[in-house]
Amino acid sequence: MGHTKFAIIVFPGSNCDHDAYYAVTEVLGQEAELVWHKDTDLRGADVVVLPGGFSYGDYLRSGAIARFSPVMKEVAEFANSGGPVLGICNGFQVLLEAGFLPGGMRRNQRLEFICEHVNLRVEQTDTPFTQNASVGQVLRIPIAHGEGNYYASPETIAELETDRRVIFRYTSPDGVVDEAWNVNGSTLAIAGICNEARNVVGLMPHPERACEFAVGSTDGRVILDSVIAALDGVAKAR
Amino acid sequence: MKAKVYVTLKPSILDPQGKTITQALHTLGYDAITDVRQGKFFELDIKVDSPEDARATASEVAERVLANPVIESCRVEVD
Repeated sequence: MGHTKFAIIVFPGSNCDHDAYYAVTEVLGQEAELVWHKDTDLRGADVVVLPGGFSYGDYLRSGAIARFSPVMKEVAEFANSGGPVLGICNGFQVLLEAGFLPGGMRRNQRLEFICEHVNLRVEQTDTPFTQNASVGQVLRIPIAHGEGNYYASPETIAELETDRRVIFRYTSPDGVVDEAWNVNGSTLAIAGICNEARNVVGLMPHPERACEFAVGSTDGRVILDSVIAALDGVAKAR
Repeated sequence: MKAKVYVTLKPSILDPQGKTITQALHTLGYDAITDVRQGKFFELDIKVDSPEDARATASEVAERVLANPVIESCRVEVD
């Protein structure tokens, strides 16, 4: 297997950057660089991760200010040229606010900050972040957010469904969509989506926090392993 | 010139904070209050000469930054 280099973007207020760094380097044995948001160089990375946290203190709206960071221009170019980009939690919110992905986030339906493991059903496997998973596979991965209640207009939702761009949903442990298991009240229990080209994926749950038995689940590894395998495939095809 | 921008969730979007406040008001006996929408309020000082220019600038930044048009609507007032 080749060596994959991850760029993990650090905004002021990011707090899962080191979790992602640890998962990628210590657990998965790959290379990673923490890239400060004022940098304008992704250091030749193969994958970009926008980590969780509270960029800019969530001022104005979650993720709203981070889109103005200088590095986001590089991230946009990287994404437009087909590079895989993963937005986790606050990183997903940044991708929404920056227009990489459609929709927006509301406060969780019950107004609580929720920090717990959820059941995450994989809906599509033709993205670089799910290619090693199987359709319908249920992953146990933690969430930790106050604003993860996904919303998009009915037209946008219809488009996402038609184009199979809903990548993850909150379900019961056996993979059934049920309002009782839709932890934050998201429209159609949507937990993660991708862009039209399928190389940019955003999700609220934290795969980087589910990579070792010691933390209760290793189900998050399939998401990171997928992109490593996807890039390995690209390298072999060259 | 001063401009005021009011941002609230779109009417079609459930406002869980507003709902909770409504319920709290009902427990205090304010049954006449049937609904509350919570939002944000911005005061902008804008260096332009006419109220029209102030309104144009305020509307532009309201749409581009202050509100997220996916879930929020905004209203601009110029003194």
